[in-house]
Amino acid sequence: MLVIEDLQVELAGKQILKHIDLEIKPGETHILFGPNGSGKTSLLMTIMGYPQYKVTGGKITFKGVDITHMPINERAQLGIGMAYQRPPTIHGLKTRQMVKICAGNRDDVDPESLARQVNFEDFLDRDVNAGFSGGEIKRSELLQLLAQNPDLMLFDEPESGVDLENIALVGTTIAKLLQKECSPTDLKSMLQVKRERTKMGLIITHTGHILEYLTADKGQVLYNGVLSCADNPRDILQCISEMGYEECVRCTLASN
Amino acid sequence: MYTREQLKERALKAKDKPAAIGPDLDLSRYDKAPVEHRYIDHDELLSLPPLEKERLVMAGIDITEKERGGTYIQKDTAVVHCDVKQDGIEVIPIKKALEKYDWIWDYYWKLVAVDTDKYTAAAELDLHDGYVIRALPGAKSVYPIQACLYMDKNNLQQNVHNIIIAEEDSELHIITGCSTSPHMKRGAHLGVSEFFVKKNAKLSFTMIHNWAEDMDIRPRSVAQVEEGGLFLNNYICMKPVRSLQMYPTTHLVGENAVARFYSIIVGSPGSEYDVGGRIYLKKPGARAEIVARTISNGGKIVARGHLIGEVPDIKAHLECKGLILNGGIIHAIPELEGHTDGVEMSHEAAVGKIAQEEIAYLMSRGLSEDDAVATIVRGFLSVDIPGLPPQLQAEIDRAVEESDKDVM
Ligand SMILES: Nc1ncnc2c1ncn2[C@@H]1O[C@H](COP(=O)(O)OP(=O)(O)OP(=O)(O)O)[C@@H](O)[C@H]1O
Ligand SMILES: [Mg+2]
Repeated sequence: MLVIEDLQVELAGKQILKHIDLEIKPGETHILFGPNGSGKTSLLMTIMGYPQYKVTGGKITFKGVDITHMPINERAQLGIGMAYQRPPTIHGLKTRQMVKICAGNRDDVDPESLARQVNFEDFLDRDVNAGFSGGEIKRSELLQLLAQNPDLMLFDEPESGVDLENIALVGTTIAKLLQKECSPTDLKSMLQVKRERTKMGLIITHTGHILEYLTADKGQVLYNGVLSCADNPRDILQCISEMGYEECVRCTLASN
Repeated sequence: MYTREQLKERALKAKDKPAAIGPDLDLSRYDKAPVEHRYIDHDELLSLPPLEKERLVMAGIDITEKERGGTYIQKDTAVVHCDVKQDGIEVIPIKKALEKYDWIWDYYWKLVAVDTDKYTAAAELDLHDGYVIRALPGAKSVYPIQACLYMDKNNLQQNVHNIIIAEEDSELHIITGCSTSPHMKRGAHLGVSEFFVKKNAKLSFTMIHNWAEDMDIRPRSVAQVEEGGLFLNNYICMKPVRSLQMYPTTHLVGENAVARFYSIIVGSPGSEYDVGGRIYLKKPGARAEIVARTISNGGKIVARGHLIGEVPDIKAHLECKGLILNGGIIHAIPELEGHTDGVEMSHEAAVGKIAQEEIAYLMSRGLSEDDAVATIVRGFLSVDIPGLPPQLQAEIDRAVEESDKDVM
């Protein structure tokens, strides 16, 4: 479980997150909406542990451990992973090697077969992110998460810029990563399937396309560094498109 | 043709002439007298003491000679091993060549001027030895030829002259390592090299330097590439030296001649490197590329590059990237000189530190900070060199891998 309590964050001397409270239980996936510059990426980077996002108040707990000031790699080892919106290029490091790094250099992870799942075999011998197109970056990030297989996955606009053919691939891959693809069987009821889910997800989206491939448990809107929430991400999406962010935030605040 | 006397005379006049660039050396500090070492055969090579073996291996020498087409090893001033396994390829000590073969005079001091500076002069006045490696017309080297200039005697000044000839349509790959014995502290290495790449020939020359802390190194090399020829020149130096200065020059004198230089230098504290590459593009269709990767670990590195386009329809690119890891200085000096319309020349130079963002990215994939830095450094140093045989790429990768420990 991820628990964020009264989190306040500064970036370059400016407060960008104000009193954030958020709880993601095992098996849950939350959707994060919000206008450009509202602080969505900042929230994910803070959870991942990027030191330039300075926590000035509140705390973050994951799996019962206070991780507020934990280094990035220890958070990764504890089971947090992120698919970035704009990852850096690493010259001279092949994507294949990166996949192995993500897998903690375990022998049982085969970069080829993982890459096949996201239609990315042809990129294994290219330097990580070097000249990748927008859509290719998304698949590269998913490939890395497939290898890493963390328990809490932070997706920063995973479907932005992905073409119509690959969007289904991206959507179903995320659903798979988050154990959302399993449907009830003769043996297991929907309730059981749900209970056995352990993976947690936090997905930033502007369009909500991702909702066509998985059901999310909760939607949240980040506006001016303040988080407000509603139960159903589809309702939020509709509200935003009809009335805009500001109205949407006001109405959810009022109903809370 | 000059007579030997004329050469000596010119050398004598230049014997105190400082180099155009780089710290000046007082050559009177070193011993130049020949040092006797007896010849060792293949089996003896295999049973060298482990420490010496290791020094050779680090300089890219395969002492089993299995994946090599020929071997030349010079210890101090003496040739201790010289053989060749492949038809069409010759490996001859230069002193022997000068005594026995007339053709050598078509090459000896033909590209490098004997009176360039006191270092070239010394190589003529007190020539110890060196190698002549030649691929006959049409010969293709199956395995690379290896050459090693090894220094064992403390305070020696090793004077070497090498000549490499790739005759028409031949293909020749050479790996040459320079190294010192574990106990060697101080010394100087002066090495003249002249490269002749003839019509449609292909020559790759990979040099790995493994010197010691108090060594002064002054290579002087010039290459000439004829029509359709390719000269690939790789240089790797990961170990400390006191000072190293070289500015190898290549003349692309035939149409469609190509030269590509790759160098990887790690500058340790107390070391001073002034290294560059200069390529003259003299005929249409000529192509040149210089790629340099330097890391300063507290040392001083001057990374030069100079491309000169003299005719239209040439293409040249220079890429010089430096990373300052633990202090030190990297001074990149890229120069482009176009002498006419229709040249296409560009350069890219950058000196900096490792981006924090890249370290964090790798850490978020589970690596510790140190491992993340090491991974980025390894990536920075890894250059893909098209056309290099796999054995030689492996040697370069190994040298880079080996240096990780020193860099971190
Ligand atoms: N290095 C920086 N210095 C100053 N301000 C910054 C810096 N980096 C980001 N910001 C600002 O912080 C705010 C939050 O940015 P963030 O990337 O979290 O927004 P976002 O909600 O993810 O937006 P988008 O939907 O466009 O991705 C923005 O106003 C941004 O300009
Ligand atoms: Mg963002």
